[in-house]
Amino acid sequence: MKVSDLLNNKEFKCLNPQVGIEGVIDSGYVGDLLSWVMANAGKGCAWVTIQTHVNIIAVATLLEMTCVIIPEGAEVEESTLERAIIEDIPIIITGLNAYEVCKILGNAGI
Amino acid sequence: MSYELVFEVARGDFDTAGEASRKIKRTLQQLGVSNKVIRKVSIAGYESEMNLAIHSDGGKITLEVGEEELMLTIEDIGPGIANIDLAMTAGWSTAGDEVRQMGFGAGMGLPNMKNNADNFAISSKIGEGTKIIMKFLV
Repeated sequence: MKVSDLLNNKEFKCLNPQVGIEGVIDSGYVGDLLSWVMANAGKGCAWVTIQTHVNIIAVATLLEMTCVIIPEGAEVEESTLERAIIEDIPIIITGLNAYEVCKILGNAGI
Repeated sequence: MSYELVFEVARGDFDTAGEASRKIKRTLQQLGVSNKVIRKVSIAGYESEMNLAIHSDGGKITLEVGEEELMLTIEDIGPGIANIDLAMTAGWSTAGDEVRQMGFGAGMGLPNMKNNADNFAISSKIGEGTKIIMKFLV
């Protein structure tokens, strides 16, 4: 599944589509404790987190994640978005909760 | 060691934290180090940066690249760790509420470093500081 496929679902919106949305999502990961995520999330994943500060981009970049999904309408900080553009990490927002996001990813075969 | 990089990290420096790890990662990519090793060094480097920003009064990260191993040395100027065994215990943390709300302070930093390094050594003295040396086989 590509990021662009996910964005065909109107529940999802990419805040920085200029970074490219053709990255392939190989897996999903949910977590808000950054060290835990660092230890366990995989390369190429879609990471669902309620954290919105700039350090999520550091984690996503170091682990070579495909995208970050911010659930439940949480507002993303401007500095986070600026860093995401520099590091080519798509930031996707949705009103759905993390479980509902995972259901959609799971139904798509991830 | 044939190559050395040094990064300073200030206390509370959350906005730029991650910068040293990113530069280390890019450097290792340019040097042709395997992705597996880069991931381990990246995780250990990031945890080091966060620990310096959260817990120390400031410090530095030094990356040394040799032919057979990479070495990360983390040195800070205090305040030092009272009980290293406790600090190394997964889930134990002295981080405050503010940084916990940011997703830090899970008590996983030092264990993550140790788990990713092939060789890990830590020493600390209250009032003086903490030094960690991690080695990674290339």
